[in-house]
Amino acid sequence: MSARVGIVVFPGTNCELDVAWAVERLGGAPETLWHADAELHGADAVVVPGGFAHGDYLRTGAIARFSPVMDAVARFAAAGGPVVGICNGFQVLTEAGLLPGALQKNAGLSFLCETVECRVETTRSALTALADPGRVLRLPINHFEGNYVCDETTRRRLRDDDRIVLRYVRNPNGSLDDIAGICSEQRNVVGLMPHPERAAEPLLGSTDGAVLLRSLLATASEGAAVA
Amino acid sequence: MRYEARVEITHLPGIADPQGATVERSLPALGYDNVSQVRVGKSIRLVIDAPDADAAGAQIDEMCHRLLANPVIEAYAIEVTELAATQ
Repeated sequence: MSARVGIVVFPGTNCELDVAWAVERLGGAPETLWHADAELHGADAVVVPGGFAHGDYLRTGAIARFSPVMDAVARFAAAGGPVVGICNGFQVLTEAGLLPGALQKNAGLSFLCETVECRVETTRSALTALADPGRVLRLPINHFEGNYVCDETTRRRLRDDDRIVLRYVRNPNGSLDDIAGICSEQRNVVGLMPHPERAAEPLLGSTDGAVLLRSLLATASEGAAVA
Repeated sequence: MRYEARVEITHLPGIADPQGATVERSLPALGYDNVSQVRVGKSIRLVIDAPDADAAGAQIDEMCHRLLANPVIEAYAIEVTELAATQ
């Protein structure tokens, strides 16, 4: 049975259909989850997609974390369920405290919309389980606030515990330690600024994101089999 | 009692402030070459009903911690002033 992937939609989310399309193309069963509904409807994995949840008012992700669906996402994550936040979704997960640190405005204050190279730093995460360690992936970024920051203790823990999932080959936004993506202690919650769903089809210029979404589907299926 | 409060939110010391840095780099282009340590933050003003100024301050502190500021990267300062009783 194909893995059921719940895709959270806040007012202002705009990448949910891209994620759904990529998930379906890779053999998963996508379902959108409205933010006001505190239910995951039996999802085996959750994606918090990109966009401008609640208009990015106050801070990116600051209002979204209080949406009813986020309680359900937090419970699902605590139980080991795979959760991936892409771009604005990464910002939401840090605000919600599901991932450490924060994302602030890019160094140089440029909105970045380009394809960048990211290196797979660990395969021990819900998003990189099937990837080759050290492999460089070409992935699109599309953000103004992707400059990852955290305190020194957190940074050391992320490094020592092998929780930096993706690093930029050439740092585009000033992100600490070239961080493009990190995972939680349990390794089931992953946040990343690049958009794997926009690199899952040759027509889009790269298919390098497919291995990441396939990893998520594989992790989700394992979890579903256990449950 | 009714109070007006102003919350000033700034970056924590040691956290990079890309907006401040960009503004600082722009000023010399206009001839202002004696400016340093520019920090850009935000200011929130609100009116709050509370038994006294301490209670108002304590509640705003809690609100800052939970929503208005992100303690991971931001510091905040709260200023509470009593409003004259309305007729």
